Amino acid sequence: MTTNVLIVGVGGQGILLAGKLLAAAAMRAGHAVKLSEVHGMAQRGGSVVTHVRYGPQVHSPLVEPGEADAIVAFERLEALRWLHYLKAGGSLVINAVTIPPLTVLIGQASYPADIRAQVEAAATAVWVPAARLATQAGNGRAQNVLLMGVLARRLDLLTLESWLEAVADCVPPQTRAVNAAAFSSGFHLD
Amino acid sequence: MRQLMSGNEALARGAWEAGVRVAAAYPGTPSTELLEALAAYPGVDTGWSPNEKVALEVASGAAIAGARALAAMKHVGVNVAADPLLTLAYTGVNAGLVLVSADDPGMHSSQNEQDNRHYARFAKVPMLEPADSQEAYALVSVAFDLSEQFDTPVLLRVTTRLSHGKGIVATGERAELPLRPYAKDPAKYVMVPANARLRRQALSGRLAQLEAFAEGFALNTVEPGGDVGVIVAGIPYQYVKEAFGSRVSVFKLTMTWPLPIESLRRWAAGLRAVYVVEELGPVVAEELLAAGIPVRPSGLPHAGELTPAAMRTALGPEAGLERSQPARVPAVVPARPPVMCPGCPHRGVFYVLGRLECAVTGDIGCYTLGYAAPLEAMDTCVCMGASISVGAGFARAWAAQGQRPVVAVIGDSTFFHSGITALMDAVHNGGALVTVVLDNRTTGMTGHQDNPGTGCNLKGESVPRVEIDAVAKAVGVRHVAKVDPHDLAGTEAALKAAIAHGGVAVVVAESPCALLRGGERRHPRRVLVECAACSLCAGLGCPALHREGEEAPAIDPALCAGCGTCAALCPFGAIAGGEV
Repeated sequence: MTTNVLIVGVGGQGILLAGKLLAAAAMRAGHAVKLSEVHGMAQRGGSVVTHVRYGPQVHSPLVEPGEADAIVAFERLEALRWLHYLKAGGSLVINAVTIPPLTVLIGQASYPADIRAQVEAAATAVWVPAARLATQAGNGRAQNVLLMGVLARRLDLLTLESWLEAVADCVPPQTRAVNAAAFSSGFHLD
Repeated sequence: MRQLMSGNEALARGAWEAGVRVAAAYPGTPSTELLEALAAYPGVDTGWSPNEKVALEVASGAAIAGARALAAMKHVGVNVAADPLLTLAYTGVNAGLVLVSADDPGMHSSQNEQDNRHYARFAKVPMLEPADSQEAYALVSVAFDLSEQFDTPVLLRVTTRLSHGKGIVATGERAELPLRPYAKDPAKYVMVPANARLRRQALSGRLAQLEAFAEGFALNTVEPGGDVGVIVAGIPYQYVKEAFGSRVSVFKLTMTWPLPIESLRRWAAGLRAVYVVEELGPVVAEELLAAGIPVRPSGLPHAGELTPAAMRTALGPEAGLERSQPARVPAVVPARPPVMCPGCPHRGVFYVLGRLECAVTGDIGCYTLGYAAPLEAMDTCVCMGASISVGAGFARAWAAQGQRPVVAVIGDSTFFHSGITALMDAVHNGGALVTVVLDNRTTGMTGHQDNPGTGCNLKGESVPRVEIDAVAKAVGVRHVAKVDPHDLAGTEAALKAAIAHGGVAVVVAESPCALLRGGERRHPRRVLVECAACSLCAGLGCPALHREGEEAPAIDPALCAGCGTCAALCPFGAIAGGEV
């Protein structure tokens, strides 16, 4: 069986690294893995998505609507934007942060007030105060790795120890300790 | 060794192992990371060229001189390089020459979604298309061998989902190849008409040989399935396998030009129905129909990216699939388009242009975002370098009527790419045209590559820096000014003076990309109680500025780059901070 994961958020939030980490972990667990991401224009503060698929054999690099076993949303509105990709009973990890898009900042649109209700009508979500937890773990910028820690507990992929080895491989050497702390903090979140 | 590689990384690895010695490119999404990855390997001379034509010519010279060479570019870059490409098909190459064309179906980061498979037929050169990272890696070596065996440039076409997708690649070692001997051969390499006519015959002969070769090409493969057949290449092969598994028979094309027509004819004859699955419309299908092979209309869209779902919708009933349940309906949410970063030096220029009642002809780069609300300060954007030449056309059309002033806006890298020739046109043919060069000292949108203005090259060497104002003066521009675009009053004065000049004028707005200013952090700005909530600053469209309804705006200290553009326009002096 192929496992399908979407990592969604706003350009600049560290989604490429998060995708790389999950793909590396899947490879470490002996799976075939494919990943699809978007660079370039879309990264400049736009809505971004990384697809990760792993299993015994993976053909398409794209997760299809209604087929995601898990979605990690780095921002609340982005969780709602990609919610229809989630499979019934899939895991949903949401960074409880609001980043208004420019359309909202300039008054062309309004940020939905009922995201929580809309999301919870469709799925059970884990709401993560990632900025606070990452700061407690040593660096607020490690939110991406922390959120992947929250996801990791919900995937039957690797032990925490092996995950931490994958984290160490994916991040710059001087940030290994803080990223390990952030990942563990996310992993142990209830 | 097995490692996770993007398509671009895999192509770079494959090129390196195939003994490539010279590689040239112009950055363009989704191709950019190929050359960046290749630059990390030893023994390859890699360099950013000012544009794709130059890149292909540099690579072709290296190949003719005997070194395996590669050029990489996005799909529209091949248009720029089409001039050398179509004649290199005549001259042939000596050592292998591979041109990687990275197409962008769906236009994730492009101005069009042209299908560069047409270039293979147009130029009469072979084309290979990988379907994942492993194949991308392996096909570079195949492409170089083909190039040398048939003495032709080879096109290797990939798409965004290949270039920016990742998969596991089993890598090998580099083959150190000696330079191939070079012998002066004007009849082959000097394309005057008398020689070119003979080479045209050679090209026809080569194409016939390639057609015969394609029939036996081992990487075009057949996978047996049901009595319905699908012909497919590249990433759509993965979608076919995802959607149908082994319910359909598959003829997987790895060489998409020339096509193995007779092999396809024999294969199709044993099937009840045959479809061609191709992204961006029928190219292979038309060839097969012209050859009398009865492929059926697939019903797939001719625009945009394909998906497994599109495949099921079009061919599911034929493949014996039950109608799938519609997925959940997407929620209606506000769009989140890309935006100029906080601290972006382009923002101030567009804010001022928006107040000057001029027509603004734009160009390709991050700054194209100046078209969008709230700045809305751009009238056109067509292709690389077109701001100045399209602006010159506006100016000539309006010369007699005295309409609005015309201002062309172009980035530094785009100016070097193809803006200089247009500027010479403006000087040579006259007219009232102001060109603003947004010189942020990098190629921003593709991820900060060096260009002739940065003083550094891909090899990390310090090199002479091409000064934009000096170029403008050298080509005959009489009015040349330089401004700091964060200084709104200074920028406005400079633009007004340039417009008043009445001829061809250049204003260089020089300030480094906000993302390159790591060492020079300014303190964030903050809004003071003097704020009258006039909302003027909201017109900048800065993501760090947030306003709820009629209240005073707030500045997000985590996002603010401290650039001071908002403080410069606040009439109440109500924005403080920003000290270095």
